[in-house]
Amino acid sequence: MVCEMETDQIEEMDVEVLSSMWPEDVGSQADNQFNVEKPVGDSDTLKEVDIAEKRTMADLKRLPELMNTTDQGSSQLTNLVRQWEYMQDHAVRLLREELKILTRQREEAEAKELKIIEEHNFETEEPENVPVLDETSHLFRRFRQKKRDELVDSKRVVIDEEFDTVAYWKQKALSLEKMLEASTERERRLIEKLNESLKTMESHSAPVEELTQNLNRAEGFLHFILQNAPIVMGHQDKDLRYLFIYNKFPSLREQDILGKTDVEIFHGGGVKESEDFKREVLEMGKASKREITFETELFGSKTFLIYVEPVYNKAREKIGINYMGMEVTDQVRKREKMAKLREDNAVRKAMESELTKTIHITEETMRAKQMLATMSHEIRSPLSGVVGMAEILSTTKLDKEQRQLLNVMISSGDLVLQLINDILDLSKVESGVMKLEATKFRPREVVKHVLQTAAASLKKDLTLEGNIADEVPILVVGDVLRIRQILTNLISNAIKFTHQGKVGIKLKVVSEPSFATDKEQNETSVWICCDVYDTGIGIPENALPCLFKKYMQASADHARKYGGTGLGLAICKQLVELMGGQLTVTSQVNSGSTFTFVLPYKVATSDDHSDDQDEFSDMVDHHQPEPDDTTEGHFQFKPLLGSIYSNGGPVISSNSFLPHKAMLTTTPLKLNNGFVATPSNNTGQSETVQVENGGYMDESRQNCPESGNQYVNGNGRCSSKESESCSSSQASSEGGGVLEMESELTVSSLREEEKTETELKETSKQPKILLVEDNKINIMVAKSMMKQLGYTMDIANNGVEAINAVKDTSYDLVLMDVCMPVMDGLKATRLIRSYEESGNWEAAIEAGVDIKTSENDQAFVRSTDRLPIVAMTANTLAESSEECYVNGMDSFISKPVTLQKLKECLQQYLQ
Amino acid sequence: MNTVVAQLQRQFQDYLVSLYQQGFLDNQFTELRKLQDEGTPDFVAEVVSLFFDDCSKLINTMSRSLERPENVDFKQVDSGVHQLKGSSSSVGARRVKNVCISFKECCDVQNREGCLRCLQQVDYEYKMLKTKLQDLFNLEQRILQAGGMIPQVNIS
Repeated sequence: MVCEMETDQIEEMDVEVLSSMWPEDVGSQADNQFNVEKPVGDSDTLKEVDIAEKRTMADLKRLPELMNTTDQGSSQLTNLVRQWEYMQDHAVRLLREELKILTRQREEAEAKELKIIEEHNFETEEPENVPVLDETSHLFRRFRQKKRDELVDSKRVVIDEEFDTVAYWKQKALSLEKMLEASTERERRLIEKLNESLKTMESHSAPVEELTQNLNRAEGFLHFILQNAPIVMGHQDKDLRYLFIYNKFPSLREQDILGKTDVEIFHGGGVKESEDFKREVLEMGKASKREITFETELFGSKTFLIYVEPVYNKAREKIGINYMGMEVTDQVRKREKMAKLREDNAVRKAMESELTKTIHITEETMRAKQMLATMSHEIRSPLSGVVGMAEILSTTKLDKEQRQLLNVMISSGDLVLQLINDILDLSKVESGVMKLEATKFRPREVVKHVLQTAAASLKKDLTLEGNIADEVPILVVGDVLRIRQILTNLISNAIKFTHQGKVGIKLKVVSEPSFATDKEQNETSVWICCDVYDTGIGIPENALPCLFKKYMQASADHARKYGGTGLGLAICKQLVELMGGQLTVTSQVNSGSTFTFVLPYKVATSDDHSDDQDEFSDMVDHHQPEPDDTTEGHFQFKPLLGSIYSNGGPVISSNSFLPHKAMLTTTPLKLNNGFVATPSNNTGQSETVQVENGGYMDESRQNCPESGNQYVNGNGRCSSKESESCSSSQASSEGGGVLEMESELTVSSLREEEKTETELKETSKQPKILLVEDNKINIMVAKSMMKQLGYTMDIANNGVEAINAVKDTSYDLVLMDVCMPVMDGLKATRLIRSYEESGNWEAAIEAGVDIKTSENDQAFVRSTDRLPIVAMTANTLAESSEECYVNGMDSFISKPVTLQKLKECLQQYLQ
Repeated sequence: MNTVVAQLQRQFQDYLVSLYQQGFLDNQFTELRKLQDEGTPDFVAEVVSLFFDDCSKLINTMSRSLERPENVDFKQVDSGVHQLKGSSSSVGARRVKNVCISFKECCDVQNREGCLRCLQQVDYEYKMLKTKLQDLFNLEQRILQAGGMIPQVNIS
C-alpha cells in the first residue's frame, strides 16, 4: 500500500518534469519508469548501480547544492517529504483505529463484569421478584436472557450443585472469579500491545534514512537506464559553464568540462550554434529542442538532438539551464538519405515526364518533317508538270503581255520547285536520311566544273575565277556530290548578289581546326579550306547571325529584290556540318562577302586506283584530253556576253565545255524534234538567242542561278530553257512549228489519234523510251500500257543491259526498276550519271560492265545532256525515294505501275 | 438468247466483284483489264497465265532452296520472293502479294520455318486464284460465245 502511494506520487512528478520530453503516446511507459519496486528486488541492479556511480562523472558536491537551490530540486524534496508525511499519517491512523478497537473491547469487558454482578444480584432475588411485575419481569427476563446470550455466549456457567445451596453459590463465585481473571489478563495484553505499537511509531519517526534509500534507488535506476544511453545530460549556469555533466565524452576528464563553456571545450562546427541555442533558451526562458550537427576534431561528425530548459531558483530567477543531448546521427543520416531518395525520385520522375514530352515532341517533329518531305515530294511532281507546261507554252506564239504573265508564272513555279527541293534536302539532312558517300574526286576539277556551270548561265559582266593552292592534293576522298552542291550554292548566291567585279573560289590546305572531333581522324586526312568570295553588295553585320537560318535572308528588301528561298545557306551549313566541317562568313557592306568552309578529306593516292572498293567512286577521275588539266590550279571565266563563249582562261580551250553548242549541234532537244536543226541555223545561234531572248532575260537571270543549285540539274534546266526559247523563236520565225508541236503535246493522252501516232512513228518523232526491268510480267504490263499511251519502248533486263542500251541509243527517258539481278537500278543510274559528267564509261568499265566500244565519238560529245531516269520502286524501305534521288534519279513511280502514273510520268519528261 | 447473255453477264459481274471483295484481286487487275482491247483480246489471260507459270517455277525453285534446313540459300529465296512480289503486284493478285510481303520479312530474318509456311501459303493462294480466274475466263468465253459483250465492271 505504501509503495503504491509512492508510485502515485512520483507519477505526478513525472508528468511535471518530463512532459515536454516524451511524446504523449508513450505515457504508459513513462508511468512505470520510476517504479522502484522492481529494481529493489533485483540485487543485480543494485550492483550495477554501484558501478554506475563510480563511472559517472558528476560534481557530487554541487549536486545537492543544486538540489537545494533550484525549483526542481526543492519540489522534488518537497514531494519526498510530503510522501513521507503521508505515510506517517497513515500509520497513525491505523494505530488509532487499533486503539479504538481495543478500547471498545475493554469497555465491553467492563460492561460484562457489571452485568455478571447484576445478574448475580437478580439471580439471588429472582424467586421473590418474579411474580411482582409479570410484564416487566418478563421483559426484563427477556432482556437479561438476550444479554446473556450475547455476552456470555458459550461461557455459560455450568453448575452441577443444587440451586441456592452454599455449594452452589461457592461454585458460581469461583467460576466468575476465573472469568474475571481471564478478562483482566486480556486487558493487560492489549495494553502491552498498545505500548509496543507506540514504540514502533517512535522508531518510524526518523524518515531521512528511508528517503535516502528511496533516492538511492531512483538514482540507481536512472544510472542503470542512462549509462549506456546515447544521451548527454548536463547543467550549466547562466554563463553556460558546466556545473554538472553526465555521460560526457570518455576522453575528457571531469575537470576538462566542469566550469567551462562549450566553446572552451570543443572546437569545430556546431559548437557555436549549440552555445547560441542555449543562450537563446536562457534568455527566452522557454524550453526548446533543436537538432545540431557537430563537426569536431574530438568525435568527428555527429548530430545531436538537444533539449535545453531554463532552470529557476526559488525566487523564480534564472540560474542556468539543463541540457540533454541525444545522438541521432544515424537517424538523421537515414532521414536525409530518405529525403534525398525521395528528391531523386521526384527529380527522376520529372525528368522522365520531361523526356517523354521531348520524345513526344521529337516524334511529332519527325512526323511533321516526314510529312513535309512527303508533301513536298507529292507537290513536286505535279508542279514540275505545271512549270514544264508553262515553259512549253512560252515557246509558242504569245503577245507581249501574255509572255510577261507566263514568265512570272514560270519564275514563280521555278522558285516553288527550288523551295521544295531545298526542303527535301533539308529534311533529308535533319532526319539523318542523308548518307554521305566517300568517293574519290579531283578538287580542281570540281571547282572548274562549278565555275563553268555558273559561267554558262551567267548574264552579268562578272569574272569567275578559281584558285587552288599547289599543296591541295590532286585526288581526295569525300562526298563530291554534296561538296559540289555546296560550292554551286555559294557561287550562285555570290553571283546573285554581285553586280560587277568578280566571284571566285579559293582552295587551300589548312591545319586541323580546333572544332575538329577526333573520331575519325588519321594521318592521311587533310583539311581543306574553301573560300567563296565576291565583290558584291555584302552583308550588314547585324544580319550575319540569322544568315544561316532557314527561310532567312539578310533583309526583306533583299528577299524582294533578289528572290530565293532562303534555304540555300541553311542547307550548305547543314551539309558542311554533316561532313564534319564548319561554314563561316565574313563580309563588308558594299565591298563583298567571303564564305569559308573547312572540311576534312582523306587523301587518296593515285595508285590505289585499281583496288578501289567502290567501283563507282571515280566520278570525275577519268582520262582528260589535256594531261595538265588535273594539276592546273587557276581558272578564269568571263561571261557569255557578246559572243558565244569568250573564256579568258588559258586552260579552257576544249569544245567539250561548250554546252550550248554541244547541245544544239549534236543532241536534238526533245522539243526540238519537230524542227530540223540545220547547219545554217547553227552558225548564228547565239546571236539569235541574245536578240530573241532580250524581252525576258531579266527573269531568266534571276532564276537561273537559283535553279543552278544542284549542279547537274541546274545546268540542264537553265540551258534547256534557253534552248527551248531559242528554238521557239526559231520555230515562230519558220512558221508552222507551233502547230506541229501542239499535236505532239496532246498525243500522249489521246490514244484515239492513231493517225498522229502513226505520223509520229513515220517521221520518227516517237520518243525513245527504255524500260529496265527484270520481271517478265511487269515488262508485259508496262509494255501494254505504253502501247495504250501510244509509245513503244526498248527493254533491258538489268542494269548492265541498260548501260549498254544507253550507250548505243540516245533515249529520251529511262524507266528503271530499282531491284534487279546482275546490277540494280541505283548503280546503273550512278554509272550513267558518271558517264554524263565525264563523257566516258570508265566508271562502268571499272564496275565490270562489258562496254562494247563502238561509236565512241558520238557518246563523248553527247555527254552534257542529262537523261531523265525515273525509278520504279516497290515503295519499300530498301527502295526509298530518297535513295533514288541520291543516286541521280529524277523521279520515281511507285509500283505497281498504273496507266495514270505512267501517263503523268511521260507527260512530265517527254515534253 | 438475250436473257442467257444477260444472265451470264450478271454472273460474270457478281463473280468478279466477289473476287475483289474476297481480296483475291485489287485495282491493279482493273488496270490490267483496261489494257485489254480489240487488238489484244486475250491480254489479261496471257499475262495471268504467264504469272501462274512464273509462280509455279519460282515456288519450285524456292522450295528446293529451302529443302535442307542446314543449308538454306536465303539469297536465292529472297530473289524469288522479290520476283513473285513484283509479278503479283503487277497483275493485282492481292492475296499472293500479301503473303509475299510476310514471306520477304521471314526471308530477311532468315527464318526458315516462316519461309516454308509462307511458301505453302503462296502455293495455296496462287492455285486458288488460278482456279478462280479460270472460272472467270470460262465465263468470259461463254459470254462471247453467246454473242454478248464482256460487261464493264465498276469496282469501287
